[in-house]
Amino acid sequence: MGRNQPDREVIPVVQKVRLKYAKRGPLKFSSHRDFQRAFERAVRRVGVPMAYSAGFNPHPKISYANAAATGTASEAEYVEIGLAAPVDLTKLLEALQSAMPPGLDMLEAIEAKTSGFAERLEASVWEVVVPKLDPEQAQAAIGQLLAREEVLVSRMTKNGLRTFDARSAVLSLSVEGTKTTESGLPCVILRLVVRHLTPAVRPDDVLSALCQVADLVLEVAPRVTRLAQGPLTQTGSEVGDPLDLDRHFIAS
Amino acid sequence: MPINSVFDALESLLPHISKPVQYVGGELNAVVKDWDSVSAHWVLMYPDAYEVGLPNQGVAILYEVLNEREDTLCERTYSVWPDLEALMRRDGVPQFTVDAHRPVGAFDVFGLSFATELGYTNMLTAIDLAGIPIHAKDRGLDDPFVVAGGHAAFNPEPIAEFIDVAVLGDGEEAAIALTEILVAWKAEGRPGGREEFLIRLARTGNFYVPRFYDVEYLEDGRIRRVTPNHSDAPWRVSKHTVMDLNEWPYPKAPLVPLAETVHERASVEIFRGCTRGCRFCQAGMITRPVRERSIDTVGAMVQQAVQATGFEEVGLLSLSSADHTEIQGIAKELADIYEGTHTSLSLPSTRVDAFNIDLANELTRNGRRSGLTFAPEGGSERIRAVINKMVTEEDLVRTVTAAYSAGWRQVKLYFMCGLPTETDEDVMQIGRLAREVIRAGRQVTGSRDIRCTVSIGGFVPKPHTPFQWASQLDHESTDRRLHMLRDDIRSDRQFGKAIGFRYHDGKPGIVEGLLSRGDRRVGAIIEQVWRDGARFDGWQEHFKFEQWMAAADVALEGTGVSVDWFTTRERDRDEVLPWDHLDSGLDKEWLWEDWQDALSEESVEDCRWTPCFDCGVCDQMNTSIQIGPTGGTVLPLPIRRKEMIVNS
Repeated sequence: MGRNQPDREVIPVVQKVRLKYAKRGPLKFSSHRDFQRAFERAVRRVGVPMAYSAGFNPHPKISYANAAATGTASEAEYVEIGLAAPVDLTKLLEALQSAMPPGLDMLEAIEAKTSGFAERLEASVWEVVVPKLDPEQAQAAIGQLLAREEVLVSRMTKNGLRTFDARSAVLSLSVEGTKTTESGLPCVILRLVVRHLTPAVRPDDVLSALCQVADLVLEVAPRVTRLAQGPLTQTGSEVGDPLDLDRHFIAS
Repeated sequence: MPINSVFDALESLLPHISKPVQYVGGELNAVVKDWDSVSAHWVLMYPDAYEVGLPNQGVAILYEVLNEREDTLCERTYSVWPDLEALMRRDGVPQFTVDAHRPVGAFDVFGLSFATELGYTNMLTAIDLAGIPIHAKDRGLDDPFVVAGGHAAFNPEPIAEFIDVAVLGDGEEAAIALTEILVAWKAEGRPGGREEFLIRLARTGNFYVPRFYDVEYLEDGRIRRVTPNHSDAPWRVSKHTVMDLNEWPYPKAPLVPLAETVHERASVEIFRGCTRGCRFCQAGMITRPVRERSIDTVGAMVQQAVQATGFEEVGLLSLSSADHTEIQGIAKELADIYEGTHTSLSLPSTRVDAFNIDLANELTRNGRRSGLTFAPEGGSERIRAVINKMVTEEDLVRTVTAAYSAGWRQVKLYFMCGLPTETDEDVMQIGRLAREVIRAGRQVTGSRDIRCTVSIGGFVPKPHTPFQWASQLDHESTDRRLHMLRDDIRSDRQFGKAIGFRYHDGKPGIVEGLLSRGDRRVGAIIEQVWRDGARFDGWQEHFKFEQWMAAADVALEGTGVSVDWFTTRERDRDEVLPWDHLDSGLDKEWLWEDWQDALSEESVEDCRWTPCFDCGVCDQMNTSIQIGPTGGTVLPLPIRRKEMIVNS
């Protein structure tokens, strides 16, 4: 249909906004594409003055960074939008929050004044709740894993079965405590910091590695939440806020 | 007693199955109410996968109508795929609602909407997973009442053993009537048990309770008669008709799913019913008369739906949307309101003779321009006279070439194979028609860059239509004709590459035919094939024809009837049909005459613009045609949230 492109005026981007959001409760089972559709609809419902791409099927200017996998909850996801008119950030955040399904919660909006945001997402902090594992067992397994230089694990990806090292991406791993689920399962809570590499090492890959070195079998699927993602701090094992640079820019 | 969510148990299963998001609910505009704050608890199901069921309008309407009541809550459930079904059976997780993840067995009423008979095995899976006995006679006081609705409920005889009630026709007022009878019966302490509640429903004359009717058969397998076995059950049960659609502007806030579904759009029904009189079309026969929503109601509903959902497309639904008396105004005025907002309108079903390019341009003025679809249904003028789809070849070629010259590059044409009196030649005419469309299109555009897709499926005779007596074409002949047509199109050097060909083989149509015109004896086949593992019969990858035939052999043994007897056998004028005691308003004599007219290739006009043909519906149901033009306009809704967040 190329020859019948409609003449549509393309309005330039006058403001870029970075948004932080969470994926909570049952909606952790939504995929990244599910979030995209929900977000684009929310933007239309509240009348955000989006900038659109040119062409026959114009798309709103929205870019996503390093989304958590389907089935993984998160307190630290990020999306950037390009606007055709400047907006009030507090009202934008409130309006979007009211228009998103409960569980996909908008947390913060900040004007994007810096570039290179995606590169600032160097590592993630994860909370991993493992049912039917006792803390001593977990502690011993962690010791075994951290003592190794390399642990090869396999996972089915869309390009087939891939084998890669899950150990070197692990910056820290510790037992944080215990809890009991609603249905009464005792669980151990782990805190995990993983560097973002290619191919990506996910928390379930680290758990596979843990099971492998300590000969464990997890009967019930663990529940995983991303607590933070951002630049590595100077110690090299903690994660900072990726919006700090924009904040400093605005403050100065 | 509060009913607990089963989500915690379900959550452990979801990481192990495909597309878990379809089971978690959380849709925008979903409603969750406190269990103990209401006295009537409804669960509605469209018995297919979430991605197909969620956009269903019937469920969406009743969900809102029921939830608006103070004394009622209504949740939804959908069919679970076999991967989750296996895990639920292993861990004892029951069929659940997606709204609050409550167990389906805890509700008072379990309502299922059947747009197609191929959902029957999925119904049994859901009833069974819910822990409800699959036979209505085995259910206890605390089990839900299983209520069937939708078009297939106009012949619920094949599922008579599994349901407690069938509702014919429009559901809005029927659901409220049922709820009021339920609330009263519960408030009185459920006197007389399940039976008493069902008697109260039957007594209204508008709810069909299969257990109150006995079916007797003749030696040759035909039905001798169907008689009520309870003094309060009427001889015939009537359909429901909502008479002022402007009073029922639902859905007001359509559900917006997280998961991807088959229709990514909001839908507004612009009228109900159709009197074009296509003889194959059950929907057009059982939804009479035509009742339009006025232009101002349609305009308000579209704007409300866009605002409540954020969808980029709104479908203007009906059985033939371009026939609305004010469609041109609706399209133009809405396009003006949505100027510059990337919002498009679509007419999912458009007749060739009611379509025009101005209308198509208005619909797509602000949004995306997808392909155009028309349904000539039959390839030759002769067969179109038989089915009373009086579209001439000149009309079709003129309309399609106009679309090509206005910039559309892709046109889809729908046809049926196996229509009554059809010959090989009628089907081969489809190929000629497609070639003619391409030839004319190339001429007007001066371009070879145009395409036409022919999509064709097997015809299934349906109850309450003039073809209810017809012989269904056997699947071998259907497949032979489709292959002949395919080979003819593919071998065409001049036009073949510009014509796409999509077809469905004839086997699923035979099972659909069995379930459509079957009687109570077919229930045993459904149960058998379900026990043998049949699920999701509407899905090509799950449908197993041989399993159905084997189940039929077992279940029909000793009855003297067979799958062929139910499908390819032509019925006589005096045969008692399984659905004769269910009243769609159509006069059986009129249907028979229309069937005879079909055989002599005589057409019937539309009663909207000619005198009444005495089909019987308006007299029998005390209804009348409601059409415009009303002379109204689309009033823009006053809400403009954009200004609130834009910095001035």
